[in-house]
Amino acid sequence: MIELIIPAIISCILAFFVVYFTIPPLIKILEKNNFTVKDMNKKENVMVARPGGISIILGIVVSEIVLYGFFQLNEILALIITTTAAFVIGYVDDRKVMGGWFKPVTLAIAALPIIFLGAYDSDLAFPLFGDVQIPLLYLGLIVFMIPITGNTINSIDVLNGVASGFMVIASFTLSICLFILQNYEIAIVSLPLGFVSLAFYKFHKIPSKIFPGDSGALTLGAMYGVIAIIGGVEIIAAIALLPAVINSFLFLSSVKRVVEHRQIKGKPVEHTDDFKLKATNDKTAPVTLVRLILAGGPLTEKQVGFAIFKLAIFSGTLAIITAFMMGISL
Amino acid sequence: MKSGLYGFLFAMWVLIIIGGGIMVVLLGPFTIQQFGDFHWIIASGIKVSIALILVVIWILILSKLKNWIFKQELNS
Repeated sequence: MIELIIPAIISCILAFFVVYFTIPPLIKILEKNNFTVKDMNKKENVMVARPGGISIILGIVVSEIVLYGFFQLNEILALIITTTAAFVIGYVDDRKVMGGWFKPVTLAIAALPIIFLGAYDSDLAFPLFGDVQIPLLYLGLIVFMIPITGNTINSIDVLNGVASGFMVIASFTLSICLFILQNYEIAIVSLPLGFVSLAFYKFHKIPSKIFPGDSGALTLGAMYGVIAIIGGVEIIAAIALLPAVINSFLFLSSVKRVVEHRQIKGKPVEHTDDFKLKATNDKTAPVTLVRLILAGGPLTEKQVGFAIFKLAIFSGTLAIITAFMMGISL
Repeated sequence: MKSGLYGFLFAMWVLIIIGGGIMVVLLGPFTIQQFGDFHWIIASGIKVSIALILVVIWILILSKLKNWIFKQELNS
């Protein structure tokens, strides 16, 4: 067990502090080069540096390379390659506005190293009922999973601190579930995601000093998807991600097509005079998680963020219950 | 509104577990032997088709459930 604890501690420390110490200089560089965007939910004209994905990917790659030095697992290689590819895809989208097809298609291609390196088990494990073998279908699942998790995290990156805070809860939940299922090596491989998200949350929480951008959100989402596949915890990962899945589900079921957020004309949320968030009555606007939370009345940005975190903790609890149910067979 | 969201989350969780049960108990063991060497391809095709139909049914159930839960919340 001691041979697992040391790499776990080293990688977690590296993941946290690489992000923690690289963000302040990154903010200065981004601001100096005018890589800033307006924070739409602030009364004053506040400009925020973007993208913070550069620090996020640095923290992930450094900590995972250290873990590869200890474990030499193909799963870690697949994770590094796919997550880095997701970062590059997001970075291209941060710099240049790409079509709606760009992210899903390229993220599907980014998932291919998982298949080529054989870093998966084609049995899909369900609670209470056991496993089902789907060797061919599982390849399709891998190719679909990375674009889904990447875009799902990207879609909840709408308020200060929400994407990174949500990832802290979801990724630590996934790590706990992997420990419960006694998949210790992949559990340790998953820990840097939580620590990277935690360090980023320090600067992303309200009032944000930096935004992750597509590069940051896709990096976090893609890594989450890879961990779900290499750890064989696809169902548990989906449950821990349910609030974000609901957001995508509500959006798609109201818009009825795959479309970029910026292409939507109707505004789901507007501001009150005291700059609280308020749901609109615009019938052309998509239904989103934030809009539903605000249906009860106006709330501050911070209150909406905490409402989303409470939902994430609830779904995380369901995910942990599911992990315990994996050990029970009917 | 927030309690409705918790209810919706819980309903999704239950549907995932029931869906898993159907996959493992009914779809997993399903085989066909009458088509010679191609039996596994045909069986896989049928399994994929049933799985896709189930996904569509699940999405419809969730849509109805979403409308019902949130209408209840707005009326209360």
